[in-house]
Amino acid sequence: MKKIFLITCSSLLFSIKCFGQVTQSQLDSAGENPGNWLTYSGTYKSQRYSTLDEVDTGNVSKLELKWVFQAQSLEAFEATPLVVDSIIYLTEAPNTVYALDAETGRTFWRYQHDPSIDARPCCGRVNRGLAIANDSLYMATIDAKLLSLDAVTGVLKWQIDVADPALGYAMTLAPLVIKDKVIVGVAGGEYGIRGFIAAFDLETGEERWRFYTIPGPGEPGHESWDSGSWEHGGASIWLTGSYDPTLNLTYWGVGNPGPDWNPEQRPGDNLYSDSVVALNPDTGELVWHFQFTPNDDYDYDSIQIPVLADFQLNDLSSGKYMLWANRNGFYYLLDRTNGKFLKGTPFVKVNWASGLDETGRPIETPQGPEKVTFPGVQGGTNWYSPSYSPQTELFYVTAWENYGSIFIPQDITYVPGRIFGGGALGGPIPGAANLPAFGNQPINTWTSEVGNGAILALDPKSGEQVWRYPMNDIGHSGILTTAGNLLFSGNREGLFFALNAKTGEILWHQRLGGQGNNGPITFLHNNQQRIATAMGNSLFVYGLKK
Amino acid sequence: MLKINNALSAIGSKWMIFFFKALLAFLPIQLSAQQHAGQYDVADIAYGAQLFAGRCVVCHGADGDLMPRANLRSGTFRNASSDRDLMRVIRDGIEGTAMASTGYADAELTALVAYVRNITNFNGSGEVLGDPSTGKELFNGKGECLSCHNTGLGGPKYAPHLGKIGITRTAAALRRAMQDSSEGMLPINRELVLETNSGELIRGRRLNEDTYSVQLITREGNLLSLDKTQLLSIEINKTSSMPNYGTLLSEQEHADLLAYLLSLKGPVFEGLTP
Repeated sequence: MKKIFLITCSSLLFSIKCFGQVTQSQLDSAGENPGNWLTYSGTYKSQRYSTLDEVDTGNVSKLELKWVFQAQSLEAFEATPLVVDSIIYLTEAPNTVYALDAETGRTFWRYQHDPSIDARPCCGRVNRGLAIANDSLYMATIDAKLLSLDAVTGVLKWQIDVADPALGYAMTLAPLVIKDKVIVGVAGGEYGIRGFIAAFDLETGEERWRFYTIPGPGEPGHESWDSGSWEHGGASIWLTGSYDPTLNLTYWGVGNPGPDWNPEQRPGDNLYSDSVVALNPDTGELVWHFQFTPNDDYDYDSIQIPVLADFQLNDLSSGKYMLWANRNGFYYLLDRTNGKFLKGTPFVKVNWASGLDETGRPIETPQGPEKVTFPGVQGGTNWYSPSYSPQTELFYVTAWENYGSIFIPQDITYVPGRIFGGGALGGPIPGAANLPAFGNQPINTWTSEVGNGAILALDPKSGEQVWRYPMNDIGHSGILTTAGNLLFSGNREGLFFALNAKTGEILWHQRLGGQGNNGPITFLHNNQQRIATAMGNSLFVYGLKK
Repeated sequence: MLKINNALSAIGSKWMIFFFKALLAFLPIQLSAQQHAGQYDVADIAYGAQLFAGRCVVCHGADGDLMPRANLRSGTFRNASSDRDLMRVIRDGIEGTAMASTGYADAELTALVAYVRNITNFNGSGEVLGDPSTGKELFNGKGECLSCHNTGLGGPKYAPHLGKIGITRTAAALRRAMQDSSEGMLPINRELVLETNSGELIRGRRLNEDTYSVQLITREGNLLSLDKTQLLSIEINKTSSMPNYGTLLSEQEHADLLAYLLSLKGPVFEGLTP
């Protein structure tokens, strides 16, 4: 007589997914449960470091491809997947969500949001991923909506309008869940928006608080804008923040002021553009801020991921730090309890400032429109997720080295929904071409005369370079480090590779044929370590050969 | 109140009679509830349906849902939001896609837009529709539909969610499913009975399948992926567990339930806009 099989979540015979609630406790301690990947950056500290060590420097060359998921969209694949109990939650451009089986890559369900044709994201119809809490997924869309989906069925639970896409507001980031709220921010810094970060009720989608990244009249910092320039001053949010539960502070990087390249139209420091803000996640109240680039001339967004790390600097230190390799070319070490500047030093060639003063403010040395400014408009680094390994105690950055631009400011009038750039890039750059084709091309036109990409390992306490892995082309890929003393990353050449995290030695590489636009992740499936990365328009999943 | 109007039988072509009859059988209850009520002329909708059946149907399908990335029943369009946008797309096509320029005249474009805007309300099958509010009571009560299905949040996850069934299925298809649930069920929704190599049985609704694996959802709401090499047999249960409402409900109750199902077009979230 046949018996009905009792499905248990612990069964290893089959790939059985018993979806569990993702609780706040699990999110708080995600680093202690490395089998899952629960937030955009892996954990609230955003270190993109995993304690998984089945794959290590001795066996990484034995990694084999387990499966490939090919996206339907040919637009940039910038999403970092989430993994919960062997179910992979993934987005593809512009705003389609998949639940995939980690064993086969097959799809359980798919949800497609068709963005309004009013959506006008500046730099591609991209989405960087999801947030998860309880049994719900959260997606921010390029037409500035926030959606909640049932994680088991993909059914839409609620959807709200966060801002007006026709005015250039968009959302490309993965949301961040903290307690009973889901937090997002708006992109659109090239359209004269007024940026903000906002929190919404997990269950109903009702807005709980909103923090404008440009202070309004009467608020502290408003005086850093001249007359009406604050109304269209940009200061967008387009990457996910971090969170320290022990301090109850959430940290977000803020984008460039607008117009991007004409600071004379907005005299003043333009707070809180190009800053990191520390907010109380319950109220949205600003607790502290630190500005990297006051009155920015160069589109040096400070939207990089705030990486939180704990170590002892000296007897007087709090032991709680924030590591930040900024698009402006400087590495910063901040005390994340109060935003105090502790250390700053260039990690790439910099000539727009000769250094930083004792408060961290740049000592500016403008080159003007006749000379090349380093770093160039894309920065010394950009939105590519860095990593900190507590094992090696090193901070890793995807950098663009020896790359500059000529900036030409131009007056511009704000027109709703139109680009509000206020300038142009000049050229030719002496001895080099201007920025060649930005995307991956069959024939690589990027040469060392324009600059080169590199993975840099920095001592987080001093900012000094410990090792450097140079690449011919530049890279857009984030970085993953693991307790196997490994560093995984990719580049625009279609290479996905593993380095010795301590020494930078190349250990393994794959030619995947498409540009890397996101950060690799790692997780457990049937107690075996998997490494996943999106290159080109596909997600590749690797594991050791058994 | 939902009787087919025979007064139209004396006018127009055979095509027009069919579409007008079908349309008038449905419009009195449905157009009153939809967003663009009264915005489109009944004659335009019917003429648009005729034009659609003559050309657009080749790619978009008889129900407008044959192309997943251009599901005309969804009510949202990737390259158009206003009626003027839709007219432009239909007339000029979309470069780089299979949507070629059609060159329809303005009157034809008006008719096609009217039909596309009302495609989920247009009852081309001639099914008799009842009162959706009575149908909702049947759905939640006598029909016991909520014991397996769900139309909103919470509740069972095993059977297909019906929150947008009015967009994804036609009146005729829903009628077939209610009257003969086994025959009317989409094959992908049929229950699988899997016997493992060790003789155990697993039952679930199929979500996906390839040569070597199959993906299911169980009655408990768990997602499963199974390796076929570890299965002794896979049986497709062609007998639906859903009752055959053809004998359980009266003709009027059928019409009411059908009207309710067709009214399910997904949630509206306008109230939450800050």
